[in-house]
Amino acid sequence: MNNTAIELSGIRKTFGTVIANNNVNLSVNKGEILALLGENGSGKTTLMNILAGIYLPDEGTIKVDGKEVHINSPEDANKLGIGMIHQHFKLIEVHSAADNIILGSKDNPFFLTKKRSQKIHEISESFGLEIDPDKKIYNMSVSEKQTVEILKVLYKGAKILILDEPTAVLTPQETKKLFAILRKMKEKGCAVIIITHKLNEVLEISDRVTILRKGESITTVNTAETNANELTELMVGKAVELSIDRPETEYNENVLEIHRLTVQNEEGMDALKDVSFSLKKGEILGVAGIAGSGQKELCEAIAGLLKAKEGAILHHKQNLVGKTPAEIINLGVSMSFIPEDRLGMGLVASMGMVENMLLKTYSQGKTPFVEKKEARELSEKIIEKLEISTPGIDTPVRRLSGGNVQKVLLGREIENNPNVLITAYAVRGLDINSSYTVYDALNEQKQKGVAILFIGEDLDVMLELCDRIMVLCHGEITGIVNAGETTKEELGLLMTGAINKGVSANA
Amino acid sequence: MLKSGEPFVRIVKNDISDRKAALLSVYAVIFAIIMGGIFILCLGINPFNAYASILKGALATKMAIQATVKIAIPLLISALGITLAFKMKFWNIGAEGQIIVGGIFATYFALFHHNLPHFVLILVMLIAGMIGGGLWALIPAYFKCKFDTNETLFTLMLNYIALYFIKFFVEGPWRDPESSGFPKIAMFEQNARLDKVFGVHAGWIIALVLVVFIFIYLKYTKQGYEISVVGESQNTARYAGMNVKKIVLRTMFLSGAVCGLAGMAQVSGAAFTLSDGVAGGVGFDAIIVAWLARLNPFVCVVVTLLLSILEKGCSVMQSTFGLSTAVSDILQGIILFCILGFDFFAQYKPVFRNGGAAK
Repeated sequence: MNNTAIELSGIRKTFGTVIANNNVNLSVNKGEILALLGENGSGKTTLMNILAGIYLPDEGTIKVDGKEVHINSPEDANKLGIGMIHQHFKLIEVHSAADNIILGSKDNPFFLTKKRSQKIHEISESFGLEIDPDKKIYNMSVSEKQTVEILKVLYKGAKILILDEPTAVLTPQETKKLFAILRKMKEKGCAVIIITHKLNEVLEISDRVTILRKGESITTVNTAETNANELTELMVGKAVELSIDRPETEYNENVLEIHRLTVQNEEGMDALKDVSFSLKKGEILGVAGIAGSGQKELCEAIAGLLKAKEGAILHHKQNLVGKTPAEIINLGVSMSFIPEDRLGMGLVASMGMVENMLLKTYSQGKTPFVEKKEARELSEKIIEKLEISTPGIDTPVRRLSGGNVQKVLLGREIENNPNVLITAYAVRGLDINSSYTVYDALNEQKQKGVAILFIGEDLDVMLELCDRIMVLCHGEITGIVNAGETTKEELGLLMTGAINKGVSANA
Repeated sequence: MLKSGEPFVRIVKNDISDRKAALLSVYAVIFAIIMGGIFILCLGINPFNAYASILKGALATKMAIQATVKIAIPLLISALGITLAFKMKFWNIGAEGQIIVGGIFATYFALFHHNLPHFVLILVMLIAGMIGGGLWALIPAYFKCKFDTNETLFTLMLNYIALYFIKFFVEGPWRDPESSGFPKIAMFEQNARLDKVFGVHAGWIIALVLVVFIFIYLKYTKQGYEISVVGESQNTARYAGMNVKKIVLRTMFLSGAVCGLAGMAQVSGAAFTLSDGVAGGVGFDAIIVAWLARLNPFVCVVVTLLLSILEKGCSVMQSTFGLSTAVSDILQGIILFCILGFDFFAQYKPVFRNGGAAK
């Protein structure tokens, strides 16, 4: 009997002139977990979207159970038993878990409620999933939502599961739980493909690893016979030093003091509740928390984009609350928020680097005309310093790869000589080399005495880079800890609010 | 070789360079001419003769050229006005109304202050036209900023309100007392008419000056930079410390003001009076011009000329061959449809089953 669940050979996919996948070969056996490892932009997600029927490949063949197939739509994928769990959940918030799970399944839509609940129950039981089928999605935590997504594809009878960066939104504890579920699936003979760029997770969960680099599958190795250094080398194409500096600085002066700050989000809910902390000169203060715990609102409140409902934001004893964004920029407070689509609000996609450099400084100068000469020099300088690859300084930044776009943004913020640098998700989606370039750039600023608020996702990185880490949970601070004295587990518990070190801020 | 199970054709996004896009426009025009030719052939007329008569009708004599330019003037000016708003992704389809209100404001001075020195009167009328159009455009901009109303619907509705204002003035307060009861506004005194330069009213000079001015304004000034950023993303603009509302209001005022100038040029240069035909659809045609020119003022000139030649030439062709007026409308429609349709290929391309990409 054929033991290969799914096999891809010679897959090629292009978007316009961009080659996302080229000559990709991989196969997964039944009862096996395959990790798909690659830097951002190496074509992992594209490949998985091909399997899920969202994109059609330009070339290449896909075999399921040894038979060549064409997956023209997500429906075809369902029929073939392929289930995808996306990075961003696709659930209907106002419906219950059960309603979401049965949505789109093809059995008789009437009079089967009981049977369905029973089936959902059976599946959860056999895979060790804990879920209340009647709970509404909007009442669920991120990890519960993910469980619903998994149940959804299992309910449709998926035998091949694809998980796109499933741990990106989970705390360490939740990740452990997820891995237990994946192992259960493996026992039941499912084929699991997990996409990730976190090496320790790859080593922990997978049986084999297929490495993608620049859209091509480089090689497949057995997890038991490899290690983190080798995997990085395969992924990047050269050996990389995997440690981050944390230089000591001598400054001891508060630059930013946040006093009992409460901020409402656009829906009028309190996104930050009574938050107090201080940020010192020459310090990197990390902000950890599950996505949507108030990070965005904190950034926007400091930058003057969101009104504070209560409290004060003191910058060198001067209250920023009530000042316009332009006034705050002129005080040397720089904010760069890197949203999921990367371009979001820091850069203008259709403009070239030069014009993007001008975004915050264009109004300087006395004539009614925009002065581009300095911006031109600045662009050249940043390209060299941060190793940005671009066809030219006037090429629209939308044509640059994600990593380069981020470097443009960060480069501009740094070159504006801020005294406070707020950076959210600075390395989101960056490859390893670029990430280290960014860490170095931040450390350089730190040594110059800039106060840095580093809002991050990867706890391993934050533990190495930051001086202190502040943890947000549902808009409240559950703890401010010294990065040198804490553990990932402790941060995980703070993130979910399981423990609360109820900090009375020193500010 | 066809593989089973794959769809026959699918549409993928296309990111082509500006040069390729320009080339595509040329293809589009050629294709449009061929399609139009087939239509003419169906009427039993030799398409070569028909096209020759269009060109001749629009360009052969000095009078023909002057008539063509006269059509082009309001079209170009309002296309430039629309370009300002569209650059900000503010979908101002109210140029028609802004032309009308500009015309009304200018007419007021032509009717009631025509004793001013000629130069002063014209200047006052120009300014009045701009203020009229600008204020009319400011209304939807204000509501957009204050209540986030939909500017497309709002500007469109205002067109009809403006049109009925003219009817009100024609029937009521401004009715010509010497027209023996016929509802119309009196012809302007010579003093209130735009001077002719090379046989066409001076509106063409205003239009060409505006082309250069708007080009520089959008490309090199701080305000132009602000317009581009706001157009791309209001969040980015706010993040950069820009006052988005102020920029939206200012830009819409300017957009309307330029369209108002077109209205002034029409009443003072072409019609010498105000009637409900003062805009006559120019405000809508101008949208096509601005869009086809991809919001580039210089390309606007080219596109305007092409459309004006088509319009003037078609009317001549239709009388030469004794066709109904509908024929020239259909022909213009076919040609525009083809050109606009080609825009699709600038953004997407079909991929056929065998993997070969179609042009």
